[in-house]
Amino acid sequence: MTRVPAVHHTPRSQTVLGGSPTEKALKRFLEGIPGVDTVGAEARAAGFNTRSIKTSSKIWGLNTIISMVDLTTLEGADTPGKVRTLAKKATMPDPLDLSAPSVAAVCVYGDMVAETKAALGDWHISQRPDGVSVAAVATAFPSGRASLPVKITDTEFAVAEGADEIDMVIDRGAFLAGKVSLVFDQIVQVKEACKRPDGSYAHLKVILETGELATLDNVRRASWLAILAGADFIKTSTGKVQPAATLPVTTTMLEVIRDWHAMTGEQIGMKPAGGIRASKDALRYLVAVAETVGEEWLTPDLFRFGASSLLNDVVMQRQKMITGHYSGPDYVSVD
Amino acid sequence: MARLSIPKTYKLYIGGKFPRSESGHTFEVVTPQGKFLANAAKASRKDARDAVASARSAQAGFAGLTAYNRGQILYRIAEVLEGRRDQFVDEIRASEGVNAQAAARQVEHAIDTWVWYAGFADKYAQVAGNGNPVAGPYFNLSTPEATGVVVALAPAGAKGESLLGLSAVLAPIMTSGNATVLLAHPTQPLSAISFAEVLATSDVPAGVVNILTGDPEPLMPWLAAHADVNALDLSGGSASDWVAWQSDAAETLKRVVPPTVGIPARSLERIVAFTETKTVWHTKALG
Amino acid sequence: MSFLDYAPAPESTAILNLQKSYGLFIGGEFVDGHGSSFATISPSTEKAITTVAEATEADIDRAVAAARKAYDKTWSRMSGSERGKYLFRIARILQERSRELAVAESLDNGKPIRETRDVDIPLVAAWFFYYAGWADKLEYAGLGPNPQALGVAAQIIPWNFPLLMLAWKIAPALAAGNTVVLKPAETTPLTALLFAEICQQAELPAGVVNIVTGAGKTGAALVAHPDINKVAFTGSTPVGRRIAQTLAGSSTRVTLELGGKGANIIFEDAAIDQAIEGVVSGIFFNQGHVCCAGSRLLVQENIHDDVVSRLQRRLSTLRLGDPLDKNTDIGAVNSKAQLARITELANSGDDEGAHRWSAACEIPSKGFWFPPTVFTDVHTSHRIAREEIFGPVLSVMTFRTPDEAVAKANNTPYGLSAGIWTEKASRMLAIADKLRAGVIWANTFNKFDPASPFGGYKESGYGREGGRQGLFPYLESSGWTKGGR
Repeated sequence: MTRVPAVHHTPRSQTVLGGSPTEKALKRFLEGIPGVDTVGAEARAAGFNTRSIKTSSKIWGLNTIISMVDLTTLEGADTPGKVRTLAKKATMPDPLDLSAPSVAAVCVYGDMVAETKAALGDWHISQRPDGVSVAAVATAFPSGRASLPVKITDTEFAVAEGADEIDMVIDRGAFLAGKVSLVFDQIVQVKEACKRPDGSYAHLKVILETGELATLDNVRRASWLAILAGADFIKTSTGKVQPAATLPVTTTMLEVIRDWHAMTGEQIGMKPAGGIRASKDALRYLVAVAETVGEEWLTPDLFRFGASSLLNDVVMQRQKMITGHYSGPDYVSVD
Repeated sequence: MARLSIPKTYKLYIGGKFPRSESGHTFEVVTPQGKFLANAAKASRKDARDAVASARSAQAGFAGLTAYNRGQILYRIAEVLEGRRDQFVDEIRASEGVNAQAAARQVEHAIDTWVWYAGFADKYAQVAGNGNPVAGPYFNLSTPEATGVVVALAPAGAKGESLLGLSAVLAPIMTSGNATVLLAHPTQPLSAISFAEVLATSDVPAGVVNILTGDPEPLMPWLAAHADVNALDLSGGSASDWVAWQSDAAETLKRVVPPTVGIPARSLERIVAFTETKTVWHTKALG
Repeated sequence: MSFLDYAPAPESTAILNLQKSYGLFIGGEFVDGHGSSFATISPSTEKAITTVAEATEADIDRAVAAARKAYDKTWSRMSGSERGKYLFRIARILQERSRELAVAESLDNGKPIRETRDVDIPLVAAWFFYYAGWADKLEYAGLGPNPQALGVAAQIIPWNFPLLMLAWKIAPALAAGNTVVLKPAETTPLTALLFAEICQQAELPAGVVNIVTGAGKTGAALVAHPDINKVAFTGSTPVGRRIAQTLAGSSTRVTLELGGKGANIIFEDAAIDQAIEGVVSGIFFNQGHVCCAGSRLLVQENIHDDVVSRLQRRLSTLRLGDPLDKNTDIGAVNSKAQLARITELANSGDDEGAHRWSAACEIPSKGFWFPPTVFTDVHTSHRIAREEIFGPVLSVMTFRTPDEAVAKANNTPYGLSAGIWTEKASRMLAIADKLRAGVIWANTFNKFDPASPFGGYKESGYGREGGRQGLFPYLESSGWTKGGR
């Protein structure tokens, strides 16, 4: 079927495009966005790498990073036992120091949502404000190669199971083939599928899979597209494709968020995912956020790290700062 | 009772590692007087094939380094070689039968050859490349870039001089960013493998240089015809039927540098012989 | 607590091993000067670092004699390969001692440790590595098969990139076979003296490099000395003029690298975030003490307001303070005198009706500081649009068409650098063709490399430093006229 389906509009697209988001209007808008000089962008990111975060800044940073982690397991081999262990770790990342903050969320496949929520128990976000959310990937994660009805059902199922947040993937094939209104419309419909019977919406993160988009120009355009279509958060990667999150890509996305905020006053969140394994790297992302879009974004409501092994490294660094000596893998838990 | 020494095992150098020949063959290396020195690996056609594959996988990365970086690597080779001077002097005395002074001169000359080419890495493009004043509103720039994978036959001077010979061909090939499969001197290969130790400790990325010891004659027809080899340096081929190899190479239009008598001198031409000149145009308009 | 108030991250000065006082470096040794010694201070704390000697005319005489002797007896008889090896040694030692040199430079000059560590010192080593390789390849320089050195070169360098300017002078001169007498700026002699120690560590033959410290008088004596073959000067245009006048008619070769008033041109289609970075780097890097600074911003009129607001937002994340803190972006102004000059010119901007905006910075109580400042509503006749401020002050003007951008950019007696920001390559190349500037950066700014020639048109001076062309000022081909010697 070659007929392009009707494109739903959103309040945001209405404001910015001044009319319905047709293929032509979206294309014209995206092409009018200033380009990104990759050499310059990489130089700016390298500048963040030279920031030296020490002592009080460092401990604050480490605690903040922990509170921003979406602790993730997305393996074919995931079992109830695995997600239960992960959920426990999410509530107490440092087995030796219960004063360490809990993480922001546990991120799993849709069919693990119920198990995860049960395992969190009193620690679930619905039970306490500093609790842990359940985020589910959906829409034929990670490839996104399935029919729209299947992707919608995938989303609805996860929401019905109790997911607080949905991490969807965009259709990269459609984007690279220039079918921007298709990409747009899928996001709109998935957002609609996040609606619960009580009228509230699960929070939507839109994964761009920047490694497949290849150029920073594409990353910038896809970021605008996702925001116009209703994203609450824009996210770099599924973590299943290399390269995943990088500092230049993250900075480019943060610049779009900054410009959107300047234009509309709305705050969109950002999540780099995949490839961030060391505390040192994560601290640089905090610098990038603070210096690009502002310190108000340094909260789990507006910034997350999609990571698994990062958490242990941050906990070990935190232990070193508190005890004064280097820690080791025996002093953190295996998840 | 004098201490018993530990003789070195001489293997091939491929992909940054020191494997034996996949054929398991070795050959005897002897002094000019016929005294046994070592059993060196005898490279097979399959070793040669693996060396080419290894060179190809390393070449793009090596050419992608800044010229400054490559110059630093070549200078590091000189530093490490200087540090191992005595090792090479001893080996050369034993395998070439020359006195200490002659051996030292050869090693020094080899080191200085590496320094000379190291210093050219970030300059030869300024001499062999240039803007072109074409007759139209176009920016036009010519720059030389590495040709790719080069197979080189190490030459020997009138007096052997295998270390100097291999340096004189390998350094200019590396300067622009090519990856090399070097066939060592057939009867005096020890310097080549000891030299591989220098390469392995000088920040040279694995696969950028691969060294095969043994008899070049059965290997060369395969390498000359190999479709994934871009150029042949036949400097060391004067005693062989090199014309046949050049003819084999013609099938895939390889660039071929014919044999020299003795050891090639340092020159810009030797660097440029293994480069391709790329010319880029772009329109220029204010409006 | 604000995360952006990064906790102190000081670089320790414990790595330094400074003498209480330094003499002049002549003939391979430190010897006493006969003038009045003076202190060099840290411009961020105003505390004295060490004392250096003042070279008198007699001292200059000795230095030139040492350089001449070294040239005649040693350096000119040495093969290019051997000369190159000395330069390689020096390059290696510079790399080995790079952290120490970065700390010393930040301390003496006032610029942030991040810059000396990441930009200045790596370039210094790279410059020596680059020219080391030319020493035995002069036949490829483009001056014929057998170009000759000039002899003894007198070199005077400024305070803004002390060790880097030393490298720009000494490396090509030595590679080409000359010997040198170099005078560092009076406010920044420290790294030149450490360099003298490095020459000793490299076993450089005595007299090939001589370092004479002092101020204007010392420099004038050096330039006027009868037994030099070449003068190379980097500094202000007024002093450059005087040197050119002094040497009119003599056979002494002269190269000058003087001031600038570089235009950074932003077109509407520029990659805007990177352009903002380029503007910031163009004028606020090194506190704006850069001859090639992008001190004029020529922005296409239809994006003016957006660019200015993005610029102001970006400037608010710059940190001004202790140069030895690793998070400092803007260090101290090099001297009280320079601060007074910057202040006077900035005030003229107010007086002439431009609109001033400065980043909100906490200014330390001691030391010399000027916050990053942007003037809008600047017109081409304003002093701040025409005169070199040599400080962190940007003057913003607009243009409507590419032709107008070119005309405004070229409308200056200076001609050192320019920047072009556009995603359209054909336009960039055409503009580059028309700009009368020796260094043009497209979609980037303030990029230096020993392989890339640098130097000005018009009153920004003549001669090039860096690249193959950087050898020309220190060589003559066999066919060049040898008049008056």
